[in-house]
Order: sequence, then structure tokens, then C-alpha cells
Amino acid sequence: MKELLEGSRAIAEVVKLCKPGVISAYPITPQTHIVEELAQMVADGKLKASFVNVESEHSAASVVLGGEAAGVRSYTATSSQGLLYMAEVIFNIAGLRLPVVLACANRAVSAPINIWNDQQDSLSLRDSGWIQLVAENIQEAVDFHLIAYRLGEDKDIMLPVMVCLDGFILTHGIETVDIPSQESVDKFLPPYQPLYKLDPNNPVTLGPLVDPESYTETRYAIEQTLKDALKLIPNITVDFSKAFGRHYNGLVEEYRLDDAERAIVAMGSVCGTVKDVVDILRSKGKKVGLLKITSFRPFPAQQVYEALKDIPKVGVLDRALSLGSFAPLTCEVKAVFANKKKRPQAINSFIVGLGGRDITLDSIKEVFRLLSLKERPAEYIDLKPELLRERYE
Amino acid sequence: MFGPLVVKPGSSKNNKTGSWRTGVKPQFLQKNCIACKMCLQICPEGCITGQEKNTFICDYNYCKGCGLCVFICPKQDIKMVKE
Repeated sequence: MKELLEGSRAIAEVVKLCKPGVISAYPITPQTHIVEELAQMVADGKLKASFVNVESEHSAASVVLGGEAAGVRSYTATSSQGLLYMAEVIFNIAGLRLPVVLACANRAVSAPINIWNDQQDSLSLRDSGWIQLVAENIQEAVDFHLIAYRLGEDKDIMLPVMVCLDGFILTHGIETVDIPSQESVDKFLPPYQPLYKLDPNNPVTLGPLVDPESYTETRYAIEQTLKDALKLIPNITVDFSKAFGRHYNGLVEEYRLDDAERAIVAMGSVCGTVKDVVDILRSKGKKVGLLKITSFRPFPAQQVYEALKDIPKVGVLDRALSLGSFAPLTCEVKAVFANKKKRPQAINSFIVGLGGRDITLDSIKEVFRLLSLKERPAEYIDLKPELLRERYE
Repeated sequence: MFGPLVVKPGSSKNNKTGSWRTGVKPQFLQKNCIACKMCLQICPEGCITGQEKNTFICDYNYCKGCGLCVFICPKQDIKMVKE
């Protein structure tokens, strides 16, 4: 049913339809509305789940780890400092192959403290073994939760999935959202059947000490499984489109890339703005397009190669940094084309929208204008040089 | 694809942890042994077995090479040797 909903509320509704048995979270802006709504649903008896109140995000992550290890579908949501406080447990959840689903309301990381949107938090945990799906709009954020549980709990995958959605822009924005019926969700998402679980009647130890004889194999297994996930995601999205009528590629989305001479690569809500600019420039006869990355982990290298190989000028938008080197998404795209014969003449990096700085139509037009045939150092769009003159002597 | 993550109870015998050994291991000379069983009792891995004099040995699949058996033997009948 289509409803006008705040993003967080819409996500709470879809999580309820997924019937998690354990929910644990700690409030943090801009994620709080999601779990606030879920707590209300549990209190009102609309969702039969154990909502565990905890004293920190480290504990919240540990509770969902425990819930999932006991064989129960579990859910948590967090943001920024909260996600980083979870970091140790985040690696453990992936290492133990527990298909937790976590919504990350993307927010800048301190210091200086900033509650607004960029993608530094989830990107800082890209190496944790989690699948990371990045939503462009509220409908995608809702739908990716359904895909996340189906994908993570697949017997050949068994990995946690992080649904990344831009803080405030998607969590607090209001859109018309299609919330599916319980019946259709039940058909698409069968009850969770763990391969192994903690059960007093059949005791096992999960995640015991693994010595140098076998540690490498546990990590190799995750790496290979993420490659399998690249193949499985498009199959799941086909099932998704049959069940709910909305089609996603699940890995990347090509927007007006055919015959494009200039293309932007981006992730998340900024893609909506880029699409608008592409439409404006196309209407003036400019050959421009967008490649949206939906799955950041696993990274769809082959699809990125196919989409960009014939486009001479490519710009990558990063809403996060890897201080001291190339920005995260730029790094991935450059790596795809290392030593390739067919490739863009230049892949340039643009840093936009850090700590919630607005990315306007003009910001994106500026990026398209700056795309050149020569590779240059990363450009910070809308940088204010006058603020860099502070002296502390 | 999965790696080794789950173990059933009582399976520690299956994990041949002797691979951690320090590079040296005890050698049981079996010449002057008086069967005092001090080595058997002090072994933190419980991997030394034997009953009669000059029958004591250890299981190198579990021995970590700590050398406590060598230290405790009143007859100096155990010595550390390189792997």
C-alpha cells in the first residue's frame, strides 16, 4: 500500500514485516526514529520481538550477534560514532557468518562533531566482511531491507548485510512509499533457518580460537562467498521484482550512459540530484550519464568495467575520504581499470557533501564541467578557502 | 563457502595444537626414570603418558615445548632438543 511516510518510519514498517525476533539498538542521530518506532511496535504488541535496551552500541551489536547465533532473525540500526563503537563486534558478526541486518543512517564521523550526512561511517567498515547496499531513496532503503534478509540468510551466503541510507536526507525525508503486504513479504522471505546455532540440547562452540593452520581459510571463505553474492544478488532482485513489481539491478544502475561522453559515478541519495542534472544537460544535447553503485561490498567490478569502458571522461563522487590516499569509491573505480586496454581516458575524483554540506544542481554541473581528459588530483567541490586561514599561534 | 568456525564439545583432541610448539621439544631418554610421574603431573597439556620406569613419553601432536617436564625431572632423564 502506498503511504506518505518519513524514511525512518517506512523502514520500521518493513522491518516489522520481516518479523525479527531480536532487536537491539542504542539511540543516535539520525538513526533514532527507526528504532524508536520499532520499540513502539513491540510495546504495542504489533511486533512479537524481544527489544533489548542496552547501554551502548557495542552492546547492541553484541545482542544481535547473540540473537542470530541462537538462530533468531535479528535487527539493529545505528549511525556514525555508534557504528564505529560497534566496529569490533561488526567484524565478529561477519566472521561468525551471522546474517544480521543493520541499517546505517550515514553520518559524518567526529571530530569535530557533526550530526549531518556523509558516508564516512559505513565506508570506514568496508573491510569487515559485511555486504553493503547503498540506497538512493526511501523506497530503495525499504526494499533493500527485504533483499538484505533474503540475501544474507541464503544458505550459500550466510553474511550480514548493512543497508546504508543517507542520514536526514532519507531517514527524515518524507516520500510516498509502497509498503508491501505481510502476505507478499512472507512469500518472498521464508523464516530464517540457520545452518548452526547455540542450542543447549545440541551444544556447539561458535568462533573458537583458530590457529595459523586454518585462519586464512576462514577469511578466504568470506572473500569467495562475497564473489558468490555478486552472482546471487541479480537473481534475488528478479524474484523481488516478481513479488513486488519494482525492478533493481542490485549491483549498479546505469542512467543514460549509452553514447555518453562524460559520466559520474556515485552512491546514495546524491544520485537523485545527478539524474536531474543529467536530464537537464541531455535536454541541451550534452552526452552525459550516471553510474550508480548500489552494492559497494561486494564491489561489482565487472559491471563497472562494462558500463564505463567506452566513456572518455569519468568523474567519481565521494562523500567520504580515505585521508592520505584516494577517496574510497575513486579507489575502487581506478582499480577496476588498472592495466585495462579499454578504459576512460581520465578518472577524476571529486569530494562532495562532507558533514552535510548541500550538494546542489550547481555542484553537480560544476563536476560535469570539470571532467577532463587529463587525470588531476581530487577536487573538493564548494570548498571554502577562506576558512583555511585559521592560525593558532 | 565456509571455513572452520563451529566445533562440537569434546573435540579438542581433534585439534592438533602441537603446531604452535616453540621450536624445541622434550626428549624422554628412558634411562634413569624412577616413575615418579612428576612430568606427567606438571604437563599443562596433559599429553604425557606412562606407568612403569622408562616408559614415559609425550604426544607431540599437543606438546607446546614449554619444558616444564625437563625442569621438574629429578633424574635429568628428559632433555630439550631442537625440532
